[in-house]
Amino acid sequence: MIDFLLYALLAGLGVGLVAGPLGCFVVWRRMAYFGDTLAHSALLGVSLGVMLDINLNITVTAIPLMMALGLVFLEQRGLLSLDTLLGILSHSALAAGLIVISLLPDVRVDLMSLLFGDLLAVTKSDLGVIYSVSAVVLILLAILWKQLINITVNPELAAIEGTNVTVVSTALMLITALVIALAMKVVGVLLITALLIIPAATARRLSHTPEKMAVVASIIAMTTVVMGLAMSWFIDTPAGPSVVVSAALLFCLSLLYRRQLN
Amino acid sequence: MARLILQLDSIYKSFNKKQVLNDVSVSLYQGQITTLIGPNGAGKSTLAKIILGLVKPDSGARISPVPLKIGYMPQKIKIDPTLPISTYRFLQLANTSQSACNEALETVGISHLTATPIQNLSGGELQRALLARAILRQPNLLVLDEPVQGVDVNGQNELYKMINSLAKTLDCGVLMVSHDLHLVMSATDQVICLNGHICCHGRPEHITQDPAFLNIFGQTTAIYTHRHDHSLHEERLNAGPHQPGNCRNHD
Repeated sequence: MIDFLLYALLAGLGVGLVAGPLGCFVVWRRMAYFGDTLAHSALLGVSLGVMLDINLNITVTAIPLMMALGLVFLEQRGLLSLDTLLGILSHSALAAGLIVISLLPDVRVDLMSLLFGDLLAVTKSDLGVIYSVSAVVLILLAILWKQLINITVNPELAAIEGTNVTVVSTALMLITALVIALAMKVVGVLLITALLIIPAATARRLSHTPEKMAVVASIIAMTTVVMGLAMSWFIDTPAGPSVVVSAALLFCLSLLYRRQLN
Repeated sequence: MARLILQLDSIYKSFNKKQVLNDVSVSLYQGQITTLIGPNGAGKSTLAKIILGLVKPDSGARISPVPLKIGYMPQKIKIDPTLPISTYRFLQLANTSQSACNEALETVGISHLTATPIQNLSGGELQRALLARAILRQPNLLVLDEPVQGVDVNGQNELYKMINSLAKTLDCGVLMVSHDLHLVMSATDQVICLNGHICCHGRPEHITQDPAFLNIFGQTTAIYTHRHDHSLHEERLNAGPHQPGNCRNHD
């Protein structure tokens, strides 16, 4: 009876755990708009998955990943600025996703839950997927951590010192696509970037090393999940937006915190 | 004779159909400081990137007879202020040895800034931190892209002295990219004047007499009427890769 709340909580905690460190990279590398674009294309992934009858977990990861690789290709051709390219792809993907959904004749897809998440509908098998993917993401981040920091600081120096920048940044895209596929269940495609960015931005004021910032961001993201669910439970608000509002609230509180001078 | 560290042979490179480097050949030797000068858009940065191995030339060879270990000091570096990273940690990205990091900070004279966030360093301090990172891995080739940019005149002199003594202690080759020859003159063994192609090259005291050099740099410092005739300075310089008639960019 209370199972669905427990599942929701566990799912949210699993996603919050990885949203912290990945969100840090999104903030450090100024990838917010990039994250948005991938998230919007995840909606296209859902609709194509339903239409072609493919496992949704696969299409929801594959379409954003293809979008990311397409972006890299277009950016290298240098026709338009990255900002403009992101604007074109992000909204085209969202629009195309909505159109494909509307074309599906017999299937009724709950659009609201795709756009804003449906945390309370998480099942036991969803939990299995969330925790195994989270584990993969954390392991990848741990292995690549130093190289990721290095290419974030300066890709040229990293390349000269022996880091394969293409491989490492492609791996980061793959990780981003995976986390977006997960976070979709919690906050929906429109709010994913918020779950990545707000905890990381909050953690910045409390941290003086990249590692500490990643851990603090994780803790904050998990806290906001608990706060959001509590809000949803007690005052009957939608879970996804409640999580994001809680994150924003914590961010505002962090602004009041003054750094102690040694 | 000093040992050859890196040789570029007849490099061509174009971006979007615009020829940036035209038959450029460069040799860098151990213990020698080479300065690459040229006006904006002359292809200095592209040539430096080819030397660094970051950019592949359209044609031409990049040969290194010894195992190459490059230390690079980029022109400018922008690190997002949201990334909490100290100067020490910045160095550790290149070499995790604690003693090596401390020693490098000591060498460039900023050991008091170890714990300072890298984004809080002043222009001159940041240049020193970048230099410290460049020397951390005991390179045999140092590539410095506009190393004194944004540093005041006193600081510039100090930095040049430091680079000079580093080149000696590390016994490495140095390639310095600059748009201003006057300050680096005394510290340079070889000057390459680039403007898409190599206009002239040689020892600094010769270069400053060269018509091709004066044509590009001399307007403010010397009154000189340029007759563009490569046969004139060909004899005077004895420059290697320079061929009469390949100088199409300025006439």
